Amino acid sequence: MMLGNCATSSSLSTESDEDIVNNNLTVLVVDDSPMIRKLHDMHLKKFGLKVQVAENGKNAVDLFRSGASFNLILMDKEMPIMDGAEVTKELRTMGVTSMIVGVTSLDSIFDRQAFMEAGLDHCFTKPLTTENIIFLLQELNKKNNEEN
Amino acid sequence: MDRNPMRRQLAIMRQSLFDQGYLDEQFIELEQLQDDANPNFVEEVVTLYYRDSARLILNIQHALERKPFDFNKLDGYMHQFKGSSSSIGANKVKAESTLFREYCRSANAEGCMRAFQQLKKEYATLRKKLEAYFQLARQTGPLETATRPK
Repeated sequence: MMLGNCATSSSLSTESDEDIVNNNLTVLVVDDSPMIRKLHDMHLKKFGLKVQVAENGKNAVDLFRSGASFNLILMDKEMPIMDGAEVTKELRTMGVTSMIVGVTSLDSIFDRQAFMEAGLDHCFTKPLTTENIIFLLQELNKKNNEEN
Repeated sequence: MDRNPMRRQLAIMRQSLFDQGYLDEQFIELEQLQDDANPNFVEEVVTLYYRDSARLILNIQHALERKPFDFNKLDGYMHQFKGSSSSIGANKVKAESTLFREYCRSANAEGCMRAFQQLKKEYATLRKKLEAYFQLARQTGPLETATRPK
């Protein structure tokens, strides 16, 4: 289940896998679960993405404050210290324009909507699937083309 | 050592985990991520799952020892547990988690207790089966491709 700009298999373009595998895009995975961090790290690297992980929201904010930047941020909602919505709001306030995608097991539409309103571009159910990643890469390619 | 009978045994063991409903498609997603550079990836993820989820089981256990039940808290813990279990394709465990959450929402204390006992059984059973599976896989070498169950 997703909110925001939704992808369905019918809306995916006929872009080939070779076009989608991208060696230049960077991703920050923000999740307090070591299992999820490992899973997403592996999955994203299969697509040639450069992945960094953060164990909680505060670490993610500190990374950006130290000058790091990423094309894509995968943001868990339920985390200690700062939850995903708080981190997302903070990053947007700091002027971060990276694509921020919520990856959560929240099942209430109300909770997901609130998470989206914090500043997400998309929201997916945990864990991310191959289809989700392909969709995100297509969106990132579109974004890069618009910005250039 | 002739690995063919062991490979067959491994394939049968794997198939039965799906046929008996212990695992779902998400496990296949994990298998598809495993490669020569990370030959034990699935086992590592499952190990992390059991490590993470043990804490949640304990939290739920403690919460069920406090009366009256805080159904919101219980639901919150189980929600996290269900999310983790989904990530490795733990199908039966996920189903019991769903049932537990339904009992929380209807404030059914006895239902919660029963569902939790059943959940712990399924959780332990899956652990045993996966441990046996991974032990055989280590001896045999991994099956060549991840295939969807018939």
